[in-house]
Amino acid sequence: MIKEVFKQLIKDKFAAAALIILAIIYTALFFADFIAPYSKDFSDRTMAYVPPSKIFTIDENGKFSRPYTYNYTRSFDKNELRIVYKLDRSQKHYVRFFSQGEPYKFLGFIPLKRHLFTTDRDGRLFLLGADINGRDVFSRILFGGRISMTIGFLALFVLFPIGLLYGGIAGYMGGKTDIIMMRFAEAVMSIPSFYLLIILASVLPSGMTSVQRFMLIVIILALIGWAGFARVVRGMVLSVKNLEFVQAAKSIGASKLRIIVKYILPQTTSFVIVAMTLSVPSYILSESGLSFLGLGIQQPDASWGNMLKEAQEYTNIIYRPWLLTPGFLIFVAVLAFNLIGDTIRDVLDPKSKIR
Amino acid sequence: MQMFLYILKRILQTIPLLIIVSLISFFIIRLSPVDPLAELKLNPSVSKETLEKETQRLGLDKPIVIQYCKWAKSFIKGNLGVTSNGEQVSTKLKERIPNTLLLTVIVIFMTWITGIPLGILSAVYRGTPFDRIMTVLTGIGMAIPSFFFAVLLLIFAVKTGWFPIGGLTSSNFQEMTLLAKIADISKHLVLPVTVLFTISLAGLQRQMRANLLDVLDSDYVKFARAKGLSEFKVIFKHALRNAVNPLITLLGFEFAGLLSGAALTEYVFQYPGLGRLILEGVLRSDINLVMASLMMGAIMLIAGNLLADILLIITDPRIRGEQA
Repeated sequence: MIKEVFKQLIKDKFAAAALIILAIIYTALFFADFIAPYSKDFSDRTMAYVPPSKIFTIDENGKFSRPYTYNYTRSFDKNELRIVYKLDRSQKHYVRFFSQGEPYKFLGFIPLKRHLFTTDRDGRLFLLGADINGRDVFSRILFGGRISMTIGFLALFVLFPIGLLYGGIAGYMGGKTDIIMMRFAEAVMSIPSFYLLIILASVLPSGMTSVQRFMLIVIILALIGWAGFARVVRGMVLSVKNLEFVQAAKSIGASKLRIIVKYILPQTTSFVIVAMTLSVPSYILSESGLSFLGLGIQQPDASWGNMLKEAQEYTNIIYRPWLLTPGFLIFVAVLAFNLIGDTIRDVLDPKSKIR
Repeated sequence: MQMFLYILKRILQTIPLLIIVSLISFFIIRLSPVDPLAELKLNPSVSKETLEKETQRLGLDKPIVIQYCKWAKSFIKGNLGVTSNGEQVSTKLKERIPNTLLLTVIVIFMTWITGIPLGILSAVYRGTPFDRIMTVLTGIGMAIPSFFFAVLLLIFAVKTGWFPIGGLTSSNFQEMTLLAKIADISKHLVLPVTVLFTISLAGLQRQMRANLLDVLDSDYVKFARAKGLSEFKVIFKHALRNAVNPLITLLGFEFAGLLSGAALTEYVFQYPGLGRLILEGVLRSDINLVMASLMMGAIMLIAGNLLADILLIITDPRIRGEQA
């Protein structure tokens, strides 16, 4: 089954492209410490909002040179009443590859100093400009992506067992248990999900470590989605619970929980895979929306959503368009997930095979 | 008569649902460590008597179960308490709910009159360049985060100056004639409607296309074709009715999705709707306001689902038979 899915993914041009894009994104995120020239907390206040660094490969004499860059200097333009950025052409800063920079711990425990590219100590290489605190947007995108692109999966791994068990029990038990459990699930679904999301997020106590906050947001995201999933599972359980193999299990004296977990729930596997791939993007979107409002991942941690928070100001989006990059990345990632999800559904769910 | 009874039954079913919803929301909010009156106490313009009254009304000195009963009682009576600014919550809601409804109803109306025809065209001309372009476009529509799209449109509005930024009315709204008022509101609505329209259109178009393809594959459509009916008749007379029915169930869900999507869009465009109200409430930890808007959101959602169910009973005779 998995082989067939994979074959189809490679055969479909769009899905193959999506697969490659996601592979690139996740590889980059995995090696974020190495690829990013700065750590996520590196900040140079004098460099607030500098535009992306210009990389030169031809020097002032018109000759080819090793790539180099100039720093920006900030000054206040009295005529236009705004801060302008000029290149400081007095000092060249060469771009150096595989050279020593800020120390970091690869995979969390291997201490390293080499970065894919960096520049000398006084130079600032901000490929995608800097934010209000003079932090490198490019580096923060890499570190923020780690959160944005994994939080959806984690939420799903919390949500699916809950939904499966809940729907399984409700469907198998039937009768009053079923009615009460389903009424509760329906009630959860009756609260507009985004309202529930922001309220749960706002209830979180302040003063948590960033890891705690991250885990709690995962749980909140899971709390939003389980009900709808449980309802579909229940419907599927109802359709198989009277089949012979279940009765056989019953007659050899298997316990109710065993029947549900061991015999009935495996019948829903292909639906679960389809539902999972199709719902990853919506969790990525929820997290970014939440962080965009300032209720999700908090500063100084980065996530694509909270980086976009700065794009809420008109002046920022007009004069500093590079702050919008995380938005494009969310878009690309979600698009890729959707394309892959569609293809997987076509393979696993033969009813919708007509395309 | 049977139909009427079923509808009545369906309406009565929403009551226990609402009670559970209120219980869930109440406990989530009360379990937070925030003092529900903290903001009120800090506000110098709120008098001691108001504070007393609120403590009394919420029963804050009593156990949480009694608090809930007190809250439910005053909610049914229509007394929703005061916001942290000392305003009545109910006046605030009366101001905001119509705005959100206006936005969502326009969006739903527009998506239905464009999404269904586009879905039909895609299904009928499956595999043609038109269908492929639609697939790509709807893919983009589904992937773009609503708030990001809103921000992009905001840049567009600022740069061109064609559309007003933020709000629902201009500052000189009160002095306008009726016609100018309508024009003013529609101008303010263009951007938020565009955002929500794009996103929900993509979903609806895909759903319609898939449904119609399913139906076109069924035996009775093959029979209709075999009988020698024209393709036009096959699609519009036989296939379409069955393909649209599932969409009516979807209408309720769409409404739910729109309420959620609208919250972010309202926030970016500073649109005075329910979503932004609840967000403001949350950020100021204004418990009365949050609780009331949460309930209103749920009521709107349940009403939307109810409406979809009733519509379905009217359009789909099979369901009528089952329920009776």
